[in-house]
Amino acid sequence: MKSFTQKVIDKYNRDKTRLMDILISIQSEFGYISQESVSQIAHELHMSEVDVEQTISFYHFFSMKPTGKFSIYLNNSVVANMMGRKEVAETFEEEVGIKFGNITADGLIGLYDTACIGMNDQEPAAIINNHIFTKLTPFRAKEIIRDIKEGKKVQDMFTASFGDGANRDDLVKSVVSNNIRKIGPILDPQYKIGDAIKKIIKLTPEEVITEIKSSNIRGRGGAGFPTGLKWEFCRNASDGIKYLLCNADEGEPGTFKDRVILTELPRLLFEGMVIAGYAIGAVEGILYIRHEYKYLEEYLENILKVAREKNYLGIDIMGKKGFNFDIRIQFGAGAYVCGEESALIESAEGKRGEPRDRPPFPVEKGYLDQPTVVNNVETLCAAVKVMLHGGEWYRSFGTPESTGTKLLSVSGDCRFPGVYEVEWGFSVNSILDMVGAVPRNVQAVQVGGPSGSLIGSNDFDRILGYEDLATGGSLIIFDKTRDLLSDVVLNFTEFFIDESCGSCSTCRILPSILKNKLEKILDARGVKNDIAEMEEWGKILKASRCGLGQTAANPILTSIKNFRHLYEDKIQKTKDFDSGFDLWRAVKEGCEVTGRVPNI
Amino acid sequence: MNQIIKFTIDDVECVATKGQYIIDAARENGIFIASLCNYPGVKPKGSCRVCSVKVNGRLMTACTTPVSQGMAIENHTDELNELRKKIIELFFVEGNHFCPSCEKGGTCELQALAYRFKIMSPRYPYFFPQREVDATNPKLIKDQNRCILCKRCIRAIHDEKGRTIFAYKRRSNRVEISIDPKLGRELTDEVALKAMDVCPVGALLIREKGFDTPIGERKYDKNPIGSDIEHLQIPYSKTKSNE
Amino acid sequence: MSKPIVATTSLAGCFGCHMSFLDIDERILELMQLVEFDKSPINDIKKISRKCDIGLIEGGCCNSENVHVLKEFRENCKILISVGECAIMGGLPAMRNGIPLSECLEEAYQNGLTVKESNDARIFPNDPELPIILDKVYPCHEIVKIDYLLPGCPPRADLIWEALIAIITGNQIKMPYEVLKYD
Ligand SMILES: Cc1cc2nc3c(=O)[nH]c(=O)nc-3n(C[C@H](O)[C@H](O)[C@H](O)COP(=O)(O)O)c2cc1C
Ligand code: SF4
Ligand code: SF4
Ligand code: SF4
Repeated sequence: MKSFTQKVIDKYNRDKTRLMDILISIQSEFGYISQESVSQIAHELHMSEVDVEQTISFYHFFSMKPTGKFSIYLNNSVVANMMGRKEVAETFEEEVGIKFGNITADGLIGLYDTACIGMNDQEPAAIINNHIFTKLTPFRAKEIIRDIKEGKKVQDMFTASFGDGANRDDLVKSVVSNNIRKIGPILDPQYKIGDAIKKIIKLTPEEVITEIKSSNIRGRGGAGFPTGLKWEFCRNASDGIKYLLCNADEGEPGTFKDRVILTELPRLLFEGMVIAGYAIGAVEGILYIRHEYKYLEEYLENILKVAREKNYLGIDIMGKKGFNFDIRIQFGAGAYVCGEESALIESAEGKRGEPRDRPPFPVEKGYLDQPTVVNNVETLCAAVKVMLHGGEWYRSFGTPESTGTKLLSVSGDCRFPGVYEVEWGFSVNSILDMVGAVPRNVQAVQVGGPSGSLIGSNDFDRILGYEDLATGGSLIIFDKTRDLLSDVVLNFTEFFIDESCGSCSTCRILPSILKNKLEKILDARGVKNDIAEMEEWGKILKASRCGLGQTAANPILTSIKNFRHLYEDKIQKTKDFDSGFDLWRAVKEGCEVTGRVPNI
Repeated sequence: MNQIIKFTIDDVECVATKGQYIIDAARENGIFIASLCNYPGVKPKGSCRVCSVKVNGRLMTACTTPVSQGMAIENHTDELNELRKKIIELFFVEGNHFCPSCEKGGTCELQALAYRFKIMSPRYPYFFPQREVDATNPKLIKDQNRCILCKRCIRAIHDEKGRTIFAYKRRSNRVEISIDPKLGRELTDEVALKAMDVCPVGALLIREKGFDTPIGERKYDKNPIGSDIEHLQIPYSKTKSNE
Repeated sequence: MSKPIVATTSLAGCFGCHMSFLDIDERILELMQLVEFDKSPINDIKKISRKCDIGLIEGGCCNSENVHVLKEFRENCKILISVGECAIMGGLPAMRNGIPLSECLEEAYQNGLTVKESNDARIFPNDPELPIILDKVYPCHEIVKIDYLLPGCPPRADLIWEALIAIITGNQIKMPYEVLKYD
């Protein structure tokens, strides 16, 4: 262990900013990061041990205790539950003989919960030693455990054929499916790699930015900031080294379209990164990918290798003197907040993914304190098409406010979950039609993931676009059999509680208070005032540093707004006050310990 | 050259040096903006959110936002004071604050803010979490029950090589502060004392120290926190703000 | 108009708040002119005997009996006031809330250093008449509705006095900075 750790530390030049890579290597090799490794890293990188530990303990996929020779991370998000996670989880527990959150005595198998892994269209899904298993059933769970006990390797456990498209690539070999259901200008497979690069190197960076600006494209990661403007800010920022970061963290539950791009169109993405790098004057691009997509690593590294060979990357790209740009891949280690651009930068620098205070914005002071652009995967892919066909062409799609197309990740109660590329301006109703959901059976749609809003049929004629329902692309459909409060709202609220970086008071503390209130209402102990208090207290979260905290009450607030009757049905009509205190419950433990019978 | 700029806080005209944070600029103009995680001379990290002010209708933390020419800042409004009160109350339910038996009582900034904002009791139910007291360090006792995770200790205390001695551990509502076992063993009395002083609450205490000032004579027994700032005689500050 | 009736009690408290109440010194005579007392340790009336106007609660709830008394107060008092840190947040008794109940009981009756002489057989008190300990110490307002809270350990006599006068006269409470304290 010592020499392996040393080798890894040396591989990354004892560079503190590469701590994530060092930890990922050790965690993958041994299934945990030992105290000795921590001491060794601290010593070699001139850090204190608690400093190393604060990074380790931040990330879900790092552990200082063994996680098992086979660590099974089973998704516990809303859609996984809807698709039968419970039975699968119970089967795992029975077959392995331990509860989730534990590891077998012999250290062979560990069972863990994990937040949405970007497979909402093929749930229940799990990650076992960085390999994805989709559409699990109790039967399949039994097979997997039997295979493990028989000593099979993970890659030999697949019984089904591999998924579609590049999922079958020799370097991927995954059962994941793309489920691309509708293609448009971005997903259009008819495009020639390198054409856009050849075109832009004949332009000045300013001309590239002007073209992007003329397309009116706005960021596809959720915040919707005009892309051309962002590039311009960075280009004009005081000199120094500039960086381009591509955000492939895709942690918003229900979103998986970036996974499909990474699988099917990685070359398009890399080309987009080169274009952005050229426009802002960056010499390095970093593709930050969530840990859940680690199964794509070799495949993507190989494509980068080929791109370097073809001089799409490297020195004097495509013969353009002085245009040097390369890309490295940075993996995360399980933290939704790392999708927030400044947290992503912190994480890429090897630290805890805690968002930064703004100002300064990344375009002024980003990665390694240098001017940095952070863009979503889809934004960069769209930029390639804009450069190929022009801003005007791009504006012909969508609405005046929201130009172009959007990749939607659709999941939940519908016949055809998957990725759809549609023009902005589509109504929710037409999407429901398109994906095989019967509008009259649909109770609610979660637009934009947990941080977005839960809407009901009154809003189904609204359209997707920055002017109405802005969304990063996640749409989760719930039919009338679902219990929205206990199956959806509670789960999403717990998600925000777990994923808070914990550094703002409001975001660290308040969601738990709201959750307790929600549970009180679900427990039939609520009164009218509880609803009012949730609405009132939810507003406090607006004072949080980043979007995570600011939207953490959205599941509760938007469901109160659009489904108030569900709350009102559950509260007590005859009481104005109920603290929720239950004397029987309160004396239970005392009676048990002292061996007494309640005399209350 | 230091550029002098003009801005307003609640319509009171103020001046500051360009680049100063709002909270520092306000202080120099005799205006108190409540905060818990800010500490003079230490790199700010807007973690307590108490100093939230409004600039152009947007909430910003005064400790991390630089003032700029012509900026119009809202500070002492009913809306913001109510928000701050709600935030301060959060800390009291998150941890276990038994003020009557706390060494920091009377000098604690959390308690002092609660007095200033006239908090009779937090509006939220108490969590009563199970938290540890870490007494392994030879000089300092860390009481997680009282820690408000303001990161002041992390930001203010380093060893001579710049390594951090205090750090966060875990994330979400499970965050804690930990003291480096190795570097912590070599803490000098001076640094340990600094850590205790930097901590706004009674979470970092020097062993066998405490309760040395009688009740009634402690820092915040008679005068509210911030009153020292408001009593500064500032020529260009026309009115006194904050209560 | 008849005088308002006041009742007071101490639940899981130390009677310190009552002592502080008595600390209003000679103003107690004035108070006697203004109000009448029902159940209170001050006059040793053991049970609430009629509907009251104001109830003062010292202490939080650590056992089932505290809960019953508190509920009785709530039923019989128009205005209920939590007096002191214990009533408001459990106070020092609530320091046990951060420790599992079984550990607390074992320490107190079985393993503690002082147990040997007093409890040879190492039994938990189990007379059926005894109240049952709660899983944690509860602040009063987390059980019943409380109308006002007077912090302090104990609350300053002036605070108690000002609060009572304000309620009786229907005026706003005067609360100088010095009187609002948590210790
Ligand atoms: C909690 C949180 C999570 C986020 N996750 C992502 C993400 O997974 N992918 C993404 O592109 N943007 C995400 N964002 C938005 C980014 O902060 C940022 O706005 C975006 O990457 C910018 O790229 P764009 O302008 O191309 O959209 C997230 C924001 C927040 C607050
Ligand atoms: S809002 Fe939440 S996630 Fe964002 S910085 Fe604050 S604590 Fe961290
Ligand atoms: S740290 Fe401050 S608020 Fe907490 S118990 Fe001590 S004095 Fe009270
Ligand atoms: S120990 Fe003190 S200084 Fe450090 S984070 Fe906690 S409250 Fe802040």
